[in-house]
Amino acid sequence: MPLSSGLIGNSAQAAPSGTLTIAYNVNLPSFDPTIGLSAVNPTIQSIYQAIFDPYIGQAPDLSFKPGLLTKWGWNSDRTKVTLELRKGATWHDGSPVTPEDVVWSLQRAADPKSGNPIQFVWSKVGNYKIDGNTITGDVVEFEPTLFKWMAFLTGYILPKAYCEKAGTEGFEKAPVGSGPYKVDAFERNAFLRLKAHPGYWGPKPAFDTVVFKFVTDPTSRVAEMESGGSDVTFEIPYEEFDRLKAKPGLVGQTKPVSDIAMIFITDIAPMLDRNVRLAANHAIDKKAIVDRLLKGYGVPIATLEAPGYAAFDPSIKVAYDPELAKSLLAKSGYSPEKPVQFKIQTTRGFKPKDYEMIQAIVGMWRKVGIDATIEVYEIAQHFELRARHALAPAAFYNWGNAIGDPSTSTGFAMFGPSPHCAWKGKDLVERIGPLWGEKDEAKRIAGYKAVDKYIAEEGEVIPLFQYVQPIIHKKGLRVVAQSNGMILPQLITPA
Amino acid sequence: MRRGEFFRRFVLIPPTLFGVAAIVFVLLRVVPGDPIAMMIPPGASAADINRLRAFYGLDQPILHQFVAWFGQVLSGDFGRSISLHQNVFELVLARLPATLELALLATSIALALGLIVALVGIYLRGRHAEWLVDGGIGVLLAVPDFLWALILLLLFGVLIPWLPISGRIDPQIDVSFHSNFYLIESLLTGRIDVAAALLEHMILPALALALPFAALVARILKASLAEAEDQDYAQIARARGFSRPKILLREVFPNALIPTVALGGVQVTLLLGGTVLVERIFSYEGIGNMAIDAVINRDFPLIQGLVLTFAMLFIALNLAVDFVVTLLDPRLRHG
Repeated sequence: MPLSSGLIGNSAQAAPSGTLTIAYNVNLPSFDPTIGLSAVNPTIQSIYQAIFDPYIGQAPDLSFKPGLLTKWGWNSDRTKVTLELRKGATWHDGSPVTPEDVVWSLQRAADPKSGNPIQFVWSKVGNYKIDGNTITGDVVEFEPTLFKWMAFLTGYILPKAYCEKAGTEGFEKAPVGSGPYKVDAFERNAFLRLKAHPGYWGPKPAFDTVVFKFVTDPTSRVAEMESGGSDVTFEIPYEEFDRLKAKPGLVGQTKPVSDIAMIFITDIAPMLDRNVRLAANHAIDKKAIVDRLLKGYGVPIATLEAPGYAAFDPSIKVAYDPELAKSLLAKSGYSPEKPVQFKIQTTRGFKPKDYEMIQAIVGMWRKVGIDATIEVYEIAQHFELRARHALAPAAFYNWGNAIGDPSTSTGFAMFGPSPHCAWKGKDLVERIGPLWGEKDEAKRIAGYKAVDKYIAEEGEVIPLFQYVQPIIHKKGLRVVAQSNGMILPQLITPA
Repeated sequence: MRRGEFFRRFVLIPPTLFGVAAIVFVLLRVVPGDPIAMMIPPGASAADINRLRAFYGLDQPILHQFVAWFGQVLSGDFGRSISLHQNVFELVLARLPATLELALLATSIALALGLIVALVGIYLRGRHAEWLVDGGIGVLLAVPDFLWALILLLLFGVLIPWLPISGRIDPQIDVSFHSNFYLIESLLTGRIDVAAALLEHMILPALALALPFAALVARILKASLAEAEDQDYAQIARARGFSRPKILLREVFPNALIPTVALGGVQVTLLLGGTVLVERIFSYEGIGNMAIDAVINRDFPLIQGLVLTFAMLFIALNLAVDFVVTLLDPRLRHG
């Protein structure tokens, strides 16, 4: 049974038992954290990190900490990497985690035939050598974010011997990891039950059993909490969050996460006109959007770097100034009577209030002389249009950056050759290009700050706000919210 | 339906399925949004995208892809799911029983409820109370199944939390099954406690699916009963002194059943379609819930497998309904 059993009045109970039930917002498609769609879905990583160990751990504030690797780093000229494996870690089947497992996992991830979507990162190191618990590898091409990836998407160590014996299908049926929890039962699209791994190298989890209930509908997740069927949930509408947290027996907490709302600007007419781009930026009252539509749960931003990211620079500002927007448009011959016209694309219901937000922005634009028509698309369409460089002049999107590195925000979103970039201008290619291989970390970060400043001055993207994650849990629990948005059961304890 | 007609219908099944498969296959590939676009991580180059496209066989011309896939289907291999990394046929086979059990329960509830309401309604014919019955049927019909799902979820999950609102079985129950027909198997093996736990989880989604269906059954059956009751044979029976309940049940009911079965059968296919949203709302692990994930992830092989499964179910149901109607109606039986 969950902390409370779902009987009348039980929603207020919070006597901890051995089971923690989490109403989770997505289904778990696959247990292999390194292959296919689920491997690059940030929302699923909480489950993966309960079962598997990433190479390197990540603290709630996005900083990095020892995981299965206790030490990692480059040599002085960045031609070699050194990794040191923790001693005494075991797989769920009791066998030891070995350096051979680490090397096999890295080589498998780097193999183009493996289907690892981040293969292009892992392939930048090879020729691994093992000496005791120390592994060295040769750098094929310098990738400054290599170790950051080791804490996130597809950066997991898998058991070589078991994977080879069980095969892909066998692993899916009975996955084995080295994380704090091992798989006990799985009903696809319904629930995943985990049991604490007795041989786990880290702190013993507070709950012996964890149940992830896959409740993909937000209304149903709210009902789960109200009925007492689950102990923790998240990603619910902000109105419901406010209502639930006022209920006796339930506690609400929020945390800004590494996910931002933004509007891509495509380098096509009329966005080739700097005045139009800057006017579109200055005409948006981000604070009003956050306050009125998101009930205050959001942090307005001026660049693609949110607070907490490595290259966040609070000195860069893009003021809400409708008069400035009008004067900029006037310079290009536009006015509220003779507005500039373009299309803006948005999802509807993919993120909280996405469509309503774009409606509000279109209203703000109209007042200064921008007449934008809204086109609704599915998120899958957005990805394909973006990869084909076929987005509308403006397109709403939410960009996640759980490792907080500027290359995985400004870098990939604004660098022309990247398939994720909508603004293909040569100006940014020249500014961002040299930063990819920059070996001096301080210079690299400073370089990205300069690029962000330039982008803000040119209005080549419209950053809107940083999302805030609402978490509701029962009284009597302590939930450690993560800046990367993960809800890790091993960090949930009785209060 | 005569034997020749049955034969014709059977012969038409393969080309129908081929048509469905071809349309779905082509549509999925021409509509914007593909699984590769969904999994492109930050930093992927055009070459990385092409590598992934080739890995999943999506770099080939559509005709080439279709021929390869359909060849596999003919040998019983529906391909591998891109998002679930498992054989599509096995995945569908594993989840289909959950949907079939839910549909069966919903249909049973709908038929029982519809029958009772229709009989009560016809019994009250001409009285003020008949308005109440007709009004009730109208309300049930006006609210679609997914809205009933939300209403029931809030009513019995939150306001009066009597029943579980997610899943097929309590995650804390450890039971092993030989088949994926959990409810039927537990009933057949006498595990009543397990069956009760399963029914607890199924009752709300089944009711959500059943209510609009029950209203339709009630409306059609009541109208057919009224029409049949006005026929000469019913009037004669009445003149001969038989009681009204006896006439309704013995004389009128069998004749009124034919249009109800015919239209109700069509409704069962709609009910199956309704499982998609209702399963999602109740986090029920059937193929409807799976279909939504498959569409979100643009998991082409899984969508194709699921559409073919739904198509086969619809065809089988329509044939079964026609067969039952033929058995009930001697005019069709004898041409």
